[in-house]
Amino acid sequence: MEYILVFLPLLGAIISGFFGRYIGDRISEIITSLFVLISAAISLIIFNEVIINNYENNLIIATWINSGSLDVHWSIKIDPISSIMLVVVCFISFLIHVYSIGYMSSDPGKTRFMAYLSLFTFAMLMLVTSDNFLQLFFAWEGVGLCSYFLIGFWFKKDSANAAAIKAFVVNRVGDFAFVLGIFLIFYLFGTVNYDEVFLLIPQSINQEVLFLGININAIDLICILLFVGAMGKSAQFLLHTWLPDAMEGPTPVSALIHAATMVTAGVFLVVRCSPIFEYSQITLNIICIVGMTTAFFAATVALVQNDIKKIIAYSTCSQLGYMFFAAGVGAYNVAMFHLFTHAFFKALLFLGSGSVIHSFKDEQDIRNMGGVWKKMPYTWILMIIGTLALTGFPFLSGYYSKDAIIEFAYLKGNTAGYYAAVVGIFTALLTAIYSWRLIFKTFHGTYENKKLKIKKIHESPYVMLVPLIILAIGSIFAGFFFKELFIGHDGSNEFWANSIKFLSPLSTDHPPSWIVYSTPIIVVLSIPISYYLFVKNKDITNWLVNENKPLYNFLLNKWYFDELYDYLFVRPTKSIGMFFWKNIDVKTIDRFGPDGISNVIKKLSNKAVKFQSGYIYQYAFIMLLGLSALLTYLIVI
Amino acid sequence: MNFPILSSLILLPSVGAIFILLSKSKDQTNYQSSKYVALFVSFSNFFISLYLWYIFDPNITDFQFVENRSWLPGFINYKVGIDGISILFIVLSTLITPLCIISVNKTITTKLKEFLIAILIMESLMIGVFCSLDLVIFYLFFEGGLIPMFLIIGIWGGARRVYSAFKFFLFTLLGSVLMLIAIISIYWINGTTDIVELYNLGIGENYQNLLWLAFFSSFAVKTPMWPFHTWLPDAHVEAPTAGSVLLAAILLKMAGYGFIRFSIGLFPIASENFVPLIYVLSLVAIVYTSLVALMQEDMKKLIAYSSVAHMGYVTLGIFTVTQQSLEGGIVQMISHGLVSAALFLCVGVVYDRMHSRLIKTYGGLASIMPKYAVFFMVFTLAAVGLPGTSGFVGEFLILMGVFKKSFLVATIASLGVILAVAYMLWLYKRVIFGELINKDLVKMLDLNKSEIFILMCLAIPTLFFGFYPEPLLNTIEASISNLIDTYNYKLSLTK
Repeated sequence: MEYILVFLPLLGAIISGFFGRYIGDRISEIITSLFVLISAAISLIIFNEVIINNYENNLIIATWINSGSLDVHWSIKIDPISSIMLVVVCFISFLIHVYSIGYMSSDPGKTRFMAYLSLFTFAMLMLVTSDNFLQLFFAWEGVGLCSYFLIGFWFKKDSANAAAIKAFVVNRVGDFAFVLGIFLIFYLFGTVNYDEVFLLIPQSINQEVLFLGININAIDLICILLFVGAMGKSAQFLLHTWLPDAMEGPTPVSALIHAATMVTAGVFLVVRCSPIFEYSQITLNIICIVGMTTAFFAATVALVQNDIKKIIAYSTCSQLGYMFFAAGVGAYNVAMFHLFTHAFFKALLFLGSGSVIHSFKDEQDIRNMGGVWKKMPYTWILMIIGTLALTGFPFLSGYYSKDAIIEFAYLKGNTAGYYAAVVGIFTALLTAIYSWRLIFKTFHGTYENKKLKIKKIHESPYVMLVPLIILAIGSIFAGFFFKELFIGHDGSNEFWANSIKFLSPLSTDHPPSWIVYSTPIIVVLSIPISYYLFVKNKDITNWLVNENKPLYNFLLNKWYFDELYDYLFVRPTKSIGMFFWKNIDVKTIDRFGPDGISNVIKKLSNKAVKFQSGYIYQYAFIMLLGLSALLTYLIVI
Repeated sequence: MNFPILSSLILLPSVGAIFILLSKSKDQTNYQSSKYVALFVSFSNFFISLYLWYIFDPNITDFQFVENRSWLPGFINYKVGIDGISILFIVLSTLITPLCIISVNKTITTKLKEFLIAILIMESLMIGVFCSLDLVIFYLFFEGGLIPMFLIIGIWGGARRVYSAFKFFLFTLLGSVLMLIAIISIYWINGTTDIVELYNLGIGENYQNLLWLAFFSSFAVKTPMWPFHTWLPDAHVEAPTAGSVLLAAILLKMAGYGFIRFSIGLFPIASENFVPLIYVLSLVAIVYTSLVALMQEDMKKLIAYSSVAHMGYVTLGIFTVTQQSLEGGIVQMISHGLVSAALFLCVGVVYDRMHSRLIKTYGGLASIMPKYAVFFMVFTLAAVGLPGTSGFVGEFLILMGVFKKSFLVATIASLGVILAVAYMLWLYKRVIFGELINKDLVKMLDLNKSEIFILMCLAIPTLFFGFYPEPLLNTIEASISNLIDTYNYKLSLTK
């Protein structure tokens, strides 16, 4: 059953990718969607088995690399963590397959698109079901590759190509650290299998390694390297620059890859490796701080962006930050919970914005929208549900997971924890403001688009709306229904079993009531305030922008990260490359090497030529000289 | 003595070459028939070598299929034989040669007959290199390979072919002269040039460093290692497609093979002494040439520079002498043989159509040549070492092995992985993606059947060994561990 689950999407990708031209668009669409639907059904069965019977399984498919003591297999591992990921991946992926049928209906590359989506699903399934670090890395790069294909799907657009390469290269920076982490694991433990490594960890807590001339605790170093890998994939602060650019891809891609699944792989990695991370308090603090910084940074940038997809992209960045600081305070199950609920409402928001973009004929600037809520009522309501869930409005799914994160951060009881809780609450406020800004600017106020008449705006077809409705149901209820299972005091321990390690059990105290109530209150209050600011009285926001022009520009230009990186990395790399080529290869090695030697030989032979003048008296003279020298020599000796 | 299968492998292409030489008339039909002869011979050779791989027993550490004939009695024996390492390179050579012959369809317009002869002779010599068990025989095959290559570049090359051919010849010959001297001295010291005997006898500690350096000078030029690499981009740029393919896929591997067979095998003490030198040169090669590759405007030059970087990993792996790194080094060489051959063929495809190697000539090919775009993508990904391609297995094993010896070296070498993505994907983007701006390109046709066949033959093993490298790793495992054991044993003797 597990084999079918994992390999059906691959089969769908192959059929649609290589034979799509022969079987036609519609059949490829049906086949790929159907296959993923079957996978989704199986994943639900497995999830159910895991909940009820604590089902676990570790299948070995085949040997991959066997060299010396390194022995790596292709595998499928089912445990609580992977079963959750399976449901999220298959389920969201299926909805997005269906949605894409409508969204891409006028695109000539439909079969290719469906093939990429299915291939991505396969890679993601390989990622979550791996039982060792190397297969994880394989899938890690595999999802990155699909992401590269899909960002650059419209390959004629230069900006899309640039964004695709940027995503790949920035991810590789993270992978660079990730690979070193794997090397170190193999070096220390002689295996890359999760279970074997986790078993050996407690024995080597005090082991040190010499890295770049400094003695570092081995486990700290492993954790930091793995976390840098996770930062790349999950677009955390400093390695986040690729995610907003990745919005160049078609919107279903943004929903599937850059919101619900691939970008959460980093969080998955940290949770999966909790038996290692638990032994490295330093790394956990770093994770906490990086997560918090990302949450805050991305939220501030999202406040002023005008591209509807970029706002949601920064929002994703910010929410991933929340997941990381949950993991950083040791509440891995809460991180998984937020990952789970976030998948629903963020996919919903992206697909909703896709619906808006679709009816505005590829317009993405919210300044050119407004006042269309009556024209597309379903999209409007669904987007509002998504926004409520995202902001953490009471009793919707985001409320349960986000509040839990802030509470656990507070209960952690150390400085990083308190700090994270405060920043978490403040970021929740920012989240509410930018989300409502998006809704109000898009659907309310006056119609601002000059190119397209308002009559032309229409609701999207059902093939796009039905997935949205299903996601909306998930966004409303997922939190309430699964709360007990994921983070409940009694049920959760039984569910997670041994898949997550807690060195010291999570605190079961009740946090002070101001922590519990502040976020919901802020969230509820922010709705009328935002309405007033962005619809009723725009003078205040304009005044704010004009008064704080430098700050506004700083945020609008995303803290100038792209410019900084261009100045620090891209340009120097190019000019060094040019210098090596022109000055060292050509002007030094060649000039003094082969060209130099042949020049010297040429000069010498020119000189030698002069000896052969052809004049007999010169030859006679030389002979005479030689003869007399010889005579002198003989006489003297 | 059994049937001399290795000698037949070596001789068969040359016999084919003689056939072609003897055919008289020069009209078009005769060209076709010479091509068929060449194809027939090289394909049969490929199947023979596959059969050889099949009957080869990977569990035996000694040389197999050994033939030993007296050539100059008491002085030089014609001795050939293979172990797990050589068999892979032989199969690689016999695979690449027929593909080269198919690819000459349009590229070679003059003197096709002579071109085919050169390629077939080249094949004989290449196979000879990988199975000789006598230093003198090895030297003859190794240096003999220079001549057909020199002719291929010099006669059928591009505009600056003569300069490139001479640069190629000068560089490689200078290194080889020192190796010849070293071989002669080995004969004077040990009284034999038989490699197996030399393995057993060992070579005096005091001589090792000098002899190692002499061999190094030859192999470092051929690999090529920084700073002896500048002949390679020039040679590739001027060589016809088939020449580039042979050069990149096989000729460069001779040096890597030589490092394993001679530097590691014969001079373990010196190899250990010179590890820092190798590390530094390899790291420079990886980082430096990757940066240079990034800025190239000529597609062939870019791939040539990337070859230098890839071979940097190989030398790194070989001289680390651990099971993983050596196995990785060999897998990386095989993989690079497939991938670089394919990339040069890909450049050849568009060069045949547009007669330009400049990147800026192209752009937007994805919309008119979709099949080409797919193949090019597969090989681009293999070149950047994406998991699931053979390139990954090699690089990963090498780095994993190196990491055991030195964190720092592995870290710097891993940086090359980031740069590789940058230059390969940027190349791909500029050639394949974007709008079709150059109007002349519109007429370009997608891959024809023979081109698809060639690229398919390279793509299948690239992907297959990426997912299942066991056939490769199994074949070399015993030979490598034997090599490492003797290496460590000899080192321990001196301590």
